[in-house]
Amino acid sequence: MPYTLNINGKTRTADVEADTPLLWVLRDTLGLVGAKFGCGAGLCGACTVHLDGVAVRACRTEVSAVGARAVTTIEGVGATPIGRKVQEAWIDHDVIQCGYCQAGQIMSATALLTKTPQPTDADIDRAMAGNLCRCATYIRIKSAIKQAAGLTPRLAAPPVPRMLAMMSTSTKGA
Amino acid sequence: MADDAFFAPTRRSLLKTGAAAGGGLFLSWGLDAHGAVADEAAGTLNAYVRIAPDGVVTIISKNPECGQGVMTMLPMLIAEELDVAWSQVRIKEAMLDEEYGFQSAGGSNSARMNYDPLRRVGAAGRQMLIEAAATNWKVPAAECAAAMGVVTHVPTGRTRSYGKLAARAALIPAPDLKTIALKDPKDFKIVGQPARGFDSPKVVRGEPLFGIDTRLPGMLYAVFVKCPVHGGKVKSAELDAVLASPGVKKAFVVKGNGEFNGLADGVAIVADSWWRANKARAKLQVEWDEGPAAGQSSALFAQTNDRLAAGPAQKLFHKDGDADEALAKAARVVKADYSYPFLAHATLEPQNCTAQYKDGKLEIWAPSQRPKPGLDILTKVLGIPASDIKIHITRIGGGFGRRLMADFMVEAAWIAREVGGAPVKLLYDRPGDLGHDFYRPGGFHHLTAGLDDKGRIIAWKNHFVTFSDRDDPTKAAFACEASAADPPARLVPDVTVEVSMMPMGFATGPLRAPRYNAIAFVYQSFVDELAHAAGRDPLDMQLELLGSPRLLPFPPPEDQIDVGRLRAVLIKVAEMADWGKTSLPPRTGMGIACYACMHGYFAEVVRASVADSGAVKVEKVWVAADIGNMVINPTGAMNQVQGGVIDGIGQALGLAMTFDKGRPVQTNFDGYPLVRMPAAPEVEVTFLITDNPLSGLGEPALPPALPALGNAIFAATGRRIRSIPIDMRLLKA
Repeated sequence: MPYTLNINGKTRTADVEADTPLLWVLRDTLGLVGAKFGCGAGLCGACTVHLDGVAVRACRTEVSAVGARAVTTIEGVGATPIGRKVQEAWIDHDVIQCGYCQAGQIMSATALLTKTPQPTDADIDRAMAGNLCRCATYIRIKSAIKQAAGLTPRLAAPPVPRMLAMMSTSTKGA
Repeated sequence: MADDAFFAPTRRSLLKTGAAAGGGLFLSWGLDAHGAVADEAAGTLNAYVRIAPDGVVTIISKNPECGQGVMTMLPMLIAEELDVAWSQVRIKEAMLDEEYGFQSAGGSNSARMNYDPLRRVGAAGRQMLIEAAATNWKVPAAECAAAMGVVTHVPTGRTRSYGKLAARAALIPAPDLKTIALKDPKDFKIVGQPARGFDSPKVVRGEPLFGIDTRLPGMLYAVFVKCPVHGGKVKSAELDAVLASPGVKKAFVVKGNGEFNGLADGVAIVADSWWRANKARAKLQVEWDEGPAAGQSSALFAQTNDRLAAGPAQKLFHKDGDADEALAKAARVVKADYSYPFLAHATLEPQNCTAQYKDGKLEIWAPSQRPKPGLDILTKVLGIPASDIKIHITRIGGGFGRRLMADFMVEAAWIAREVGGAPVKLLYDRPGDLGHDFYRPGGFHHLTAGLDDKGRIIAWKNHFVTFSDRDDPTKAAFACEASAADPPARLVPDVTVEVSMMPMGFATGPLRAPRYNAIAFVYQSFVDELAHAAGRDPLDMQLELLGSPRLLPFPPPEDQIDVGRLRAVLIKVAEMADWGKTSLPPRTGMGIACYACMHGYFAEVVRASVADSGAVKVEKVWVAADIGNMVINPTGAMNQVQGGVIDGIGQALGLAMTFDKGRPVQTNFDGYPLVRMPAAPEVEVTFLITDNPLSGLGEPALPPALPALGNAIFAATGRRIRSIPIDMRLLKA
């Protein structure tokens, strides 16, 4: 049956079965593929979107349960000041490796900062524990969240390791 | 500009000359990223570089991007020698095209194999631009210099931008890549400087980039249901209920070719949405011939190991000196049994592929780490000539070795051909992805070492119990092979490696730092164990074992390792962590480990605490790394190292694939708990820049993380971790 949804401030209609997860309505019916499929069981967070600003797993949210709540996806989160700051911090800290989980990470981080503008490390761990990053970019995700929260200054250049010239260690030709 | 019109080449003039050049590279003319002559081909200097009249430089990135950063890193090499501002550069992913030579994301090879050849591509473009300017000005090219996208005639100070020169430059014959002059690395402006991921802005906006995001007009969606036991075959399938399900267009049995990296038996369900295809799966009834793996289980593997370990080994694999004789003379003999589990790759983007078969031609959109072998397998299994197959390489949502395989490509192509005409996106669900992986094989190592009266290791024996190939019991299964050259071989005078094998019917394959991810845990933990048995500091033991700087034989492709480089990273990491100088709280300890693989040298110190409950908290990891004389993109490099270390820590803390009645037990991330943010430690990274050829970073940071953690837990609790994942119940106070 047809469902009318409010997605990123626009009214969209999807004619699907009532039990269709919001994730597949977004991805396959409406062509908004930013939210990702990872587990289908609410375990990885790759599909995270907002319903009225609250982070939910779209793979476990049936379309019939969405109702009039405002759906925000990664495609629309940049329109909010916090979402934009989070996206910017992700770039500044060069967080991304494969990038597959990052839409979900950004949605969870934005929901966290909307509710808790100055999170502690423990707050960040708790809010982000539901989002897997297979590349394990957690260190940079955490520092990006702190920047987006204004807890650390904006990075002008991305993080770099220490590099020490040690030209004498080679045994080449030995 | 009047003369720009004169420069503008016609399409006809942009003939492909295909000049053969060094390093397997070809410069070809007028081809765009998709191998077609396009309007925008004006300013196409070679297969990698196009410069538009406005000065925007488009560079093709040849290898698949799976998170290792090649999409940004490889074009940096070209841009450096071309001498343009990085801000002028746009990057496009290559399609599979022999023009680009070896297009692969594997073996941490992209940096090592492309550092020289791609710099030559950039330098050739720069020389062509200089010649174009010189011709225009009617001056000798030697009087011209190029920098930051501008050619200058030095005596007169006249300048001309690359954008205005590119169309003319594209008509100049390509110089010889082998002899072209390259910059002195001390003059580099791009290489060696941190560059943010080129596609990251698209990623944070959720734009379609990944294989799974492929959308084509009229596209259908497929699931492919395979036997829960690897290698099982379809006896019969009841499809009527499936066909009657909403949205289902087609359902059919696929007869496989019996090869894991090929086409499995199964049932394809094709529908107008993936959700509907996947939902119809519940109505599918299949009778399977489960085959020989049905009787296998992790419990059986463990029992078989116990039996094999108790008896004489099936074969002597390698012998240096006489370990038995040395053990008889040893002041002290230490024995220990180590084991590690099967692991899944668990890429967060499940396996998927989109395929369209139309008018006898096949087009594929694949998140593949190695599309060329994929093409070969497609050709073989489907009987479609390679010339009728076109492969688009998409961004990859995690590779780790899983996408070196082509099973998902073959399945998608087979289904698309059966459907005919419409594009079909095949997507695995998570149980299907975990259940039909090419697992990192488990293994069992039964070790005996001898120490002399000074606490030096004088003898080393390993009885390695592993798995035989499904089709040839005399041969080790894929990725289950023993090696004769893993250190401490060549470091200890008397070494014996023996092997026994048991049958195993699951698909296995390479996982990030294949083999090393397991053997480093075993050997580097046992060395630490021996140090403690001898009452010695583990770092002293490691340095003594390595001995003086020299080259040692090592398994291919490395062929040799440089002991001096391992020593240097060990000494550095000990200094970074204040090894032996810090007093730590109770039940907190530091562990040290090192390993050399994929041409990279890594030493790591882990500080971990263990709660009275047994819960392990990894507090910090220090890493000293030597990947040679250049770190091309330092920010990407740091990210790779931190990710690799945390990946290794995550494996040790909780990952195992187990089997029961031939079926993988873990079906999702509840049973296969990948590491999450709260468990991720701080990771401090230092690179030693040494006078050695540079190498890659996707893999070599991982192996030492596991033994360093196990060794830290021993330091904290006195309990030795000989089996992973760590059983925290055994660590209770």
